[in-house]
Amino acid sequence: MSSTATTLEHAAPPQSGPRSLIQRLRHGDEVAHLLTLIFAALILLLTSMLVYELWVNSHLSRSKFGMMFFFTRVWDPVFGDFGALPFIYGTLVTSVVALMIAVPLGLAAAIFLSELAPRRISDTISFLIDLLAAVPSVIYGLLGIFIVVPLMRTEIGPHLIKWFGHVPYLSVLFKPPNYGVGFFTAGIVLAIMVVPFIISVSREVLLTVPREQREAALALGATRWESTWKVVVPWARTGILGSIFLALARALGETMAVTMVIGNDPKISMSLFASGHTIAAVIANEFTEANGDLYLSALIELGLVLFLMTFILNGLARILIVATERGGGQTA
Amino acid sequence: MMKKTLLVVSLLVGLAAAAGAQSNPVLLNAAGATFPYPIYSKWFDVYHQQHPNIQINYQSIGSGGGIRQLQAGTVDFGASDGPMTDEQLSQSKVKVLHFPTVLGAVVPTYNIEGVKSELNFTQKALAGIFMGTITKWNDPAIAGPNPGVNLPNSDIVVVHRSDGSGTSYIWTDFLSKASDDWKSKVGKGTSVNWPVGLGGKGNEGVSGLVKQTPGALGYIELIYAVQNNISYGKVQNAAGKFVKADLAGVTAAAAADANNIPEDFRVSITNASGAAVYPISSFTWLLIPTQIPDAAKRDAIKGFLLWMLKDGQNYNEGLSYAKLPKPVVERELKAISQIQ
Amino acid sequence: MNRLRLIWRKSLNVFALTLTGVAALAVVSILFLILGYLIYNGGKSLSWDFFTKLPKPVGETGGGMANAIVGSLKLLFLAAVMGVPVGLMAGVYLAEFGGKTFSFVIRYTTDLLNGVPSIVIGIFAYSLAVMPVKHFSALAGGLALGIMVIPITVRSTEQFLRSVPGALREGAMALGASKWKTVATVILPAAKGGIITGVLLALARVAGETAPLLFTAFGNRFWSPGLSQPISSLPVMIYTYAIAPYDDWHRQAWAAGLVLLGLVLVANVGTRLALSRGGSARSV
Repeated sequence: MSSTATTLEHAAPPQSGPRSLIQRLRHGDEVAHLLTLIFAALILLLTSMLVYELWVNSHLSRSKFGMMFFFTRVWDPVFGDFGALPFIYGTLVTSVVALMIAVPLGLAAAIFLSELAPRRISDTISFLIDLLAAVPSVIYGLLGIFIVVPLMRTEIGPHLIKWFGHVPYLSVLFKPPNYGVGFFTAGIVLAIMVVPFIISVSREVLLTVPREQREAALALGATRWESTWKVVVPWARTGILGSIFLALARALGETMAVTMVIGNDPKISMSLFASGHTIAAVIANEFTEANGDLYLSALIELGLVLFLMTFILNGLARILIVATERGGGQTA
Repeated sequence: MMKKTLLVVSLLVGLAAAAGAQSNPVLLNAAGATFPYPIYSKWFDVYHQQHPNIQINYQSIGSGGGIRQLQAGTVDFGASDGPMTDEQLSQSKVKVLHFPTVLGAVVPTYNIEGVKSELNFTQKALAGIFMGTITKWNDPAIAGPNPGVNLPNSDIVVVHRSDGSGTSYIWTDFLSKASDDWKSKVGKGTSVNWPVGLGGKGNEGVSGLVKQTPGALGYIELIYAVQNNISYGKVQNAAGKFVKADLAGVTAAAAADANNIPEDFRVSITNASGAAVYPISSFTWLLIPTQIPDAAKRDAIKGFLLWMLKDGQNYNEGLSYAKLPKPVVERELKAISQIQ
Repeated sequence: MNRLRLIWRKSLNVFALTLTGVAALAVVSILFLILGYLIYNGGKSLSWDFFTKLPKPVGETGGGMANAIVGSLKLLFLAAVMGVPVGLMAGVYLAEFGGKTFSFVIRYTTDLLNGVPSIVIGIFAYSLAVMPVKHFSALAGGLALGIMVIPITVRSTEQFLRSVPGALREGAMALGASKWKTVATVILPAAKGGIITGVLLALARVAGETAPLLFTAFGNRFWSPGLSQPISSLPVMIYTYAIAPYDDWHRQAWAAGLVLLGLVLVANVGTRLALSRGGSARSV
C-alpha cells in the first residue's frame, strides 16, 4: 500500500546525473580537493596583491618616465631623474658571472657526491653543503669585503689582466682599473651563495637515476666518466636545469651580500672589474632614506622591473624544461 | 558595616590605581638618523634606568625613513640629520617640531701610499675631487696648501656613501656651498648622483674601502674616525684657516650664528663664518609631532626632552658629539610647551 | 688506433672524475673557511652575557642579544605557522589533485614569488600589516617571513609527494581507501622526511633574512611582549652592529652570526635525528 510505495521510493538509488555542490562536498575527496585548491589559490592571490601594490605605488614614476625608464642611464635623486638601465645591466651581469662559476663547480661536485663518494660520506658532505645555504647573506657580504675584495685587487685581478689584457675581444672584459669591488667580485660571492642549491638539488636528482642506466652503459664498455656524463647526467637534465633556475632566482634577488662588494656605482661598463649596481642593492640602500614621492616611486618601479625580469626568466625556464623533457629524460 | 566595606574597597582601588600608574609601562617607538645613533642609544638607556617604566625604542633606519614613518604614524617621533624641507612640511599631515639634539662633524679621510701627514684641503679642492675634475693627488689644488708633502702622481679614488644618509647630506650641503658648479650639477641630498667614485655602505663601508684602496679619499663621521683611530685631514673654513675637526671647532660653528637661528631650528651650519669654525658641521634633530593624543606618551616625550637638554648634554662629549650652545638650549626649552 | 683511443678515454675518465672530487672539496673548504672565520671571530665574544642580557648602548661592554635570540625564534615560529600550512596544502594540491593549466599557473606563480627580492616582500608586508594599524609588529615580521617560506615549502612538498612509489598509492587504493585518505594516512607520512627537510631549509633561509624585517618587525632594544609590538631579531642586529663603528659591536655581530648558524645547525641535526628514530621514511 502507500507505506510500501514510499519506502520503495526512499530506497531508490541516488541520481547518477550531476550532483549539487553540497552533495559533492559530502564526499571527502571533493573537500580535500577544494581545501587544497583554496590554499593554492591563496598563493596566486598573494602574488597578485604584491604586483598590484608594486604597480600602484610606482605610479608617479611610471607616468613621468614611461618606457624611457628602461633605457635611461641616469639616477639622480636630487634633480628627480631616474633610469633603470644600469641596474638591469648589473643584475644580469652579476647573475651570469655567478652562474658561469657556480654551474660547472656545482654540477661537478654533485656528480662526485652522487656517483663516486660512498653513501655516508656523500650524505655528510651534502649536509655540510646545505649549511652553506643557511649562512645569512650579511655574513657573506662581510666575508666578501674582508677576503674576496683584497684577493681580487691583489691577486686575481692582476693575473687576469696579465693573461687577457692583450687578447682581442676578451681584453675589454678585463680592463683595469681594478679596485677589488665590482661585477666580478659580486659574481664570485653570488656563486658561493647559490652553489649549494645547485649541488643539493642536482645530487638528489642524480641519485634517482635508475641503476640500470649506469650499468647498461658500463656493460657496453663505457668508462665510469662516460657513463656518468653521457647517460646519467642527460637522464637527470630536467632536474639539473631546475636547480640552475633556482640558483638564478636567488642570485637575481640577492641584496645584502651584493651591495657590500659591488661598488654601488650606477654605471654601465664592459669591464668585469668596474663597479656597478643591481636593482636589489639600490632598493636596499636607498629605500629607507628615500625622501620624496617620486624617488620612492622610482625605487618601487625598479622592484617591479625585477619582478618582470623574474617573470620572463621563469617563462624561459619553463620552455627550456619542456623542451628537454620532450627530448627524453627524467621529469623533476 | 557598609561604611567599613566601602572604605576598604576605596582603599584597594586607590592602591591599585597608584600601583597601576607606576607599573604601567610607556612604550615609545622612534626611528631615524644613524649619525647620532650612539648618543641616542646612550640617552634612551640612561633615561630608562632613571624611569624604568618608560621604554624608548629607537631604530636607526635612516633620516628619510624617520621622516616617512613619522608621517605614516607608525612611530611616536622621528630623527633626522637633515631638516625637513618646506615641501615635506607642507605635505605632512602632522605638524612637526624640530629639536636640535647634538652637533657632529664629517671629515675627509684618505689612504695615500707614503703619505702619513695630515693634509690640508681647500674647499675648491674637495669640490673638484668629488666632481671628478681633479683626478691626481699631485694636482696643484691639493699640493699647494701642503708644501713639503710628497704627493704621488697617482689617481684619486673617490669613495662616497652608497646608502642614503645624513652624513652625505651634510657633506653635499658643504660642497654645494663650496662650489657653484657642484650646486648646479649635483646638489645636496641624502642620496645624490655622484659624478665619480665607489659607493660604500655605511661609515664602515666607506672607511673599509678607503683603508683597502691605495689613493682613496672618502668622508666619514668624526665620531667614527675618532673611535677607530682613522686619520683625517684638515678643511679650510670660510675664514681661510685650515681646521682639524674637533668638538671646539664644531661648537664654534653652531655658536657663530646662534642668535640668528630661525624659530623652527631648521638651519644649516656648514661653512659658518669664524676663524675657529670647522666648516663641515651640522645639527641633528628630533622630529616631534605638535599634537600627541596619548597623555602618557606626551608626558614621557616632554620629560625626555627636558632631561636631554639639561642632563643629557653631559654625555655628548664622551661620545665625540659637541654640546648644543646655551642660547639654543634656552629656546628649545621654551619650545617644549608647544607640544600638546 | 683503438689502443690510443682507449688510453685517451681512460685518462679522460681519471681526469674528469678527479676534477669532480676537487670541486666537491673546494665547496666544502669554502664552508669550513666561513665556519672557521665565524667561530674565530664570533667565539671570542660569546659569553653568558651575550645570551642573557639586553643590548647596551654604544661604548658600554657587557650587552647581549637575549631579546634578539628570542625574537628570531618567535618570528620563525610565526613564519612557520603562517607559511607552512599554505605551502603544504598547495603542494598537496599540485601533486595529488591539480588539473593541468591551473597547476601550471600555480607553479609559475610560486617560482615568481620565490624570485622576489626579500626587500620587496618586506615593503609588501609593510603595506599589508603595518600601515593599516600604524605600528610595527612581530606579526608583520612573521607575515613577511611566512610569505618567503611558502614557495620553498610548496616545491619540496610537491617533489617529495611525487617521489613516493606508486606501489604505496596503489596498495592503499586497492584496500578501498578514498583519495584523501590515501594522501593523509599513507603518502604524506611516507614523504614526511623530505617535506620536513624542505620546511627546515625554508625556515633556515628566512632565519637569516634582514631586509624584510626592517620595515615590519622594525627592531627593539627591549623585550617585546605579545605579537603587536616591534621585535628584535638576530639578522637585524647583525646588520646594525656590523656597519656600526664600534669594535665591541662588531664582535657581537660575529657572535650573533655564529649563534644564528648554530640555531640552524641544531634544527637540521635535530630533525634528522628525530626522523631516523621514527623509522626511515624512504625505505620501502
